[in-house]
Amino acid sequence: MIALALVGHSGELLRALRAMVAQAAPHVPVMTAGGTATGSLGTSSPGILDALRAALRASGGEGVVVLFDLGSAALALEVALEELAALDRARIAVSDGPLVEGAVRAAVEAAGGATLAQVCAVADGERATPKLPPDWPDRPGGRAVAR
Amino acid sequence: MLAGARVAAARERLTDLDAAIGDGDHGINLDRGFRELVRRLEAAPPGRDVPAAVLEEAGRALLGTVGGASGALYGRGLQRAGAALLAPGGGDPAPLDERSGEERAVSAFGAAVDAIAALGRATTGEKTMLDALVPAHAAFAAAVAKGATIGLAAERAAEAAEAGAEATFPLIATKGRASYLGERSIGHLDPGAVSSAILLRALADAAADG
Repeated sequence: MIALALVGHSGELLRALRAMVAQAAPHVPVMTAGGTATGSLGTSSPGILDALRAALRASGGEGVVVLFDLGSAALALEVALEELAALDRARIAVSDGPLVEGAVRAAVEAAGGATLAQVCAVADGERATPKLPPDWPDRPGGRAVAR
Repeated sequence: MLAGARVAAARERLTDLDAAIGDGDHGINLDRGFRELVRRLEAAPPGRDVPAAVLEEAGRALLGTVGGASGALYGRGLQRAGAALLAPGGGDPAPLDERSGEERAVSAFGAAVDAIAALGRATTGEKTMLDALVPAHAAFAAAVAKGATIGLAAERAAEAAEAGAEATFPLIATKGRASYLGERSIGHLDPGAVSSAILLRALADAAADG
């Protein structure tokens, strides 16, 4: 089964997100890399690398979809990915989707036996999925996401 | 070690600069990272005679503990500098490495700057650490080409970095958090360029002492 790796600035935030994901898809392996090696808010490439490898093992080599938060997370993730062997790197897909919605949606897809590309695609798709109902009143500046 | 002390001393200044145009944590983040770097090198020295291993370990410490974009950039830069010291065939220096120590330092410095530019998708003039690092490397390489010692070349690099950092004052930031401010980023020094100048000044002073 495809596993997830959640990458971000806060271990606390990612552990809570993992609990939300587990509620939706209890059997999908989810690894987290949040905070620095000394426990501060921030991202850590060595910590991310550990989480990626653990997620790959937990997936039985099938593959890992990565979701990440803002700012330096993408830079730290890129450094970690460069450390992986090419065969491992090829089994990891980084989603450009929103962290919370993407993780929950991806886990449900993974639980259904989807492929790496399929799981990553649904996580990416959450970027364009409106969260507000179409008849929501009075949004300043109009609708953020076109339907 | 000197770099760690200088970063600690500059912690408030860097954080104030970052609070003006960023998220106000650059000094705190770098101080945390350099404390860990010093602690690790003191706890388990990779061998003082093996600069490549020292740079690799120092880079790893920054990658793991700074936490912000500057940690990924400086950390990756130090690791790439370490790798560039190693000529093909391995060893430090490799048995067949015909480059002088000064030439190897120029190539290591250049590898660090290239790695930072590549990872940050940035170039000079965008109000980033590259505005200090690129002229510093050029000055370092020019000094070595004229036969300067490492100490003199490092002094020229520090001077160029300080001038480059000062020259970020009128620039508009187009990379990183400061870019959210657009034209309001004009009239502030770039915190990353200032921290780069502080680090290169520490390097020059350490080279002069050693």
